[in-house]
Amino acid sequence: MVYKLVFENLKHRPLRTLLSTLVIGVGVTMILTLVGISEGTLNEQRKRAKGIGADVFIMGSTSSVIGTGTASMNEGLLKFLEEQPHIKLATGTVVHSLGTFKTVTGADFEKFNRMNGGLKFLSGGPFSEDGDILIDEFYSRQEKKKVGDKLTLLNRDWRVAGIYQSGNAARVLLPIKVVQDLTSTNGKLTMIYTKLDDTANTDAVIASLKSQLKDYKIFSMEELISQYTTAAVPELGVFTKVVIGLSVFFGALMVFLAMYTAVLERTREIGILKSLGATPAFVLGILLRETLIMSVLGAIFGIALSYVTRWVMIQLIPATFTQEIVYDWWPIAGLVTMVGALLGVIYPAWKAATQDTLESLSYD
Amino acid sequence: MTNGLIIETRGLRKVYRQGDVDVAALRGVDVQVKSGEFLAIVGPSGSGKSTLFHILGGLTPATDGEVLMDGKELGKMSESERTTLRRTTVSFVFQKYNLLPTLSVRDNIEIARYIAHKTGPVDPSFTKVLQMLGIDHRMDHKPRALSGGEQQRVAIARAIVNQPAILLADEPTGNLDSENSANVLGILRDLNHSIGQTILMITHNPEAAAFADRVIEMKDGRVVSH
Repeated sequence: MVYKLVFENLKHRPLRTLLSTLVIGVGVTMILTLVGISEGTLNEQRKRAKGIGADVFIMGSTSSVIGTGTASMNEGLLKFLEEQPHIKLATGTVVHSLGTFKTVTGADFEKFNRMNGGLKFLSGGPFSEDGDILIDEFYSRQEKKKVGDKLTLLNRDWRVAGIYQSGNAARVLLPIKVVQDLTSTNGKLTMIYTKLDDTANTDAVIASLKSQLKDYKIFSMEELISQYTTAAVPELGVFTKVVIGLSVFFGALMVFLAMYTAVLERTREIGILKSLGATPAFVLGILLRETLIMSVLGAIFGIALSYVTRWVMIQLIPATFTQEIVYDWWPIAGLVTMVGALLGVIYPAWKAATQDTLESLSYD
Repeated sequence: MTNGLIIETRGLRKVYRQGDVDVAALRGVDVQVKSGEFLAIVGPSGSGKSTLFHILGGLTPATDGEVLMDGKELGKMSESERTTLRRTTVSFVFQKYNLLPTLSVRDNIEIARYIAHKTGPVDPSFTKVLQMLGIDHRMDHKPRALSGGEQQRVAIARAIVNQPAILLADEPTGNLDSENSANVLGILRDLNHSIGQTILMITHNPEAAAFADRVIEMKDGRVVSH
């Protein structure tokens, strides 16, 4: 019976119920989208790191696996590395930031291909002349470029020579010398990749390299992959907390406004219930149930909307962000917004529960 | 309950504070109502009859004096006990019907049972009461689809569904035309006669009061005639 009253109350003001539910849902979407982008983008980076085909990675002490870092390593290291036991191949890249999560990678194309087994071109092919640039399928889709199109990067116009399958290299590739020239990093590298004769020798090679290259970060493939976590980006954790806080705040504010208005509007009805012998707890329970139902509906809507945001990202910025659906966060996001909604209903519910019966019955 | 009395007030006084002024609404009211009696309290506006109604219903406390409801001293009850009183012993019929607009007739009646923790099937005899009230065919309608007379009859059904010892009716025909008024008053009298429902009705209308077994007149916060 009490749920019938609760549902009828929610149905009585459909627009207010809908708006409250939507705002609660948007909070859920904000959280799920942020977490989905974090996880998706890191997973995409893991996939691309694996796709390079290297066994041991080396980077400068100030570089981070997340982001580009600086081209701080001397190119001469490659010769030293190729002279080490069990190292079959060593090649380096220069990664230059283009701002807003975009980078261009300079690579020794011939060695790069030997390491990853060769880029799989969906159209076009490798560099054939000066001014050629290679892009992956996501970058091509995002920038709406096809083979032969002009692409302006680093204050220069390039011709798209080939579009390759994503997942085995960077998004944008240029010959390493070109990037070094344009970014004044001649003779420098951001990352070094090495291929071993046998992956069983990985630990031994790493131990040997660590003893000789004390100022460098040296990882096996597994170690590198394990670095791609949200913990490696402390700002992401802070940002996530801010978004969660905003979701709680706006959810609470919306529910407060909606339920406060509802309590004022239903003053007489609350008086009627009390005249029938309803306790303050009964009245409180009605408003809490209404809020919980809106929270659950909001969470469902928010989850559904996160699929929409993912679709939008795939359509508009597939090369910049990859959003995943992180199921583990569904209950967390739902719970967070439910807490916000319950915080918002506390005062209106208390006001309703403690309302004077006689005054309520006299309310017009 | 003493001497068959279900309501007894002794020296009941009520003073309201309006701004800086104290207004005496009741100035020592002694009323006795026997179980199964249909009593009307009449009087002009400001005579204190509504204040008496609110005190008897546990909706507002008296300033002084004693009220015994079904043998229980109302003045000594906590808010929680007064809530229980409204759930178990006293029920109301108001001038403005006071039905819940979002619920159907059936649910308006059912919510009163739910609040009183009565979850089983309704007493079969209540179906006859609904027929007598003429609302048995309107159970699935919302209040807005009913006439004033029908709404008041639903309010009466809701008030008696839990078989309270006392039914308090405050100007139950105040918003009704003469035909519907006579109908509602006739129903109250029939309920009193058929199931022995104790009814205390507040009205300023002498014609309505004529339906009661006994009439008390109030003026200026006092009972002036029994």
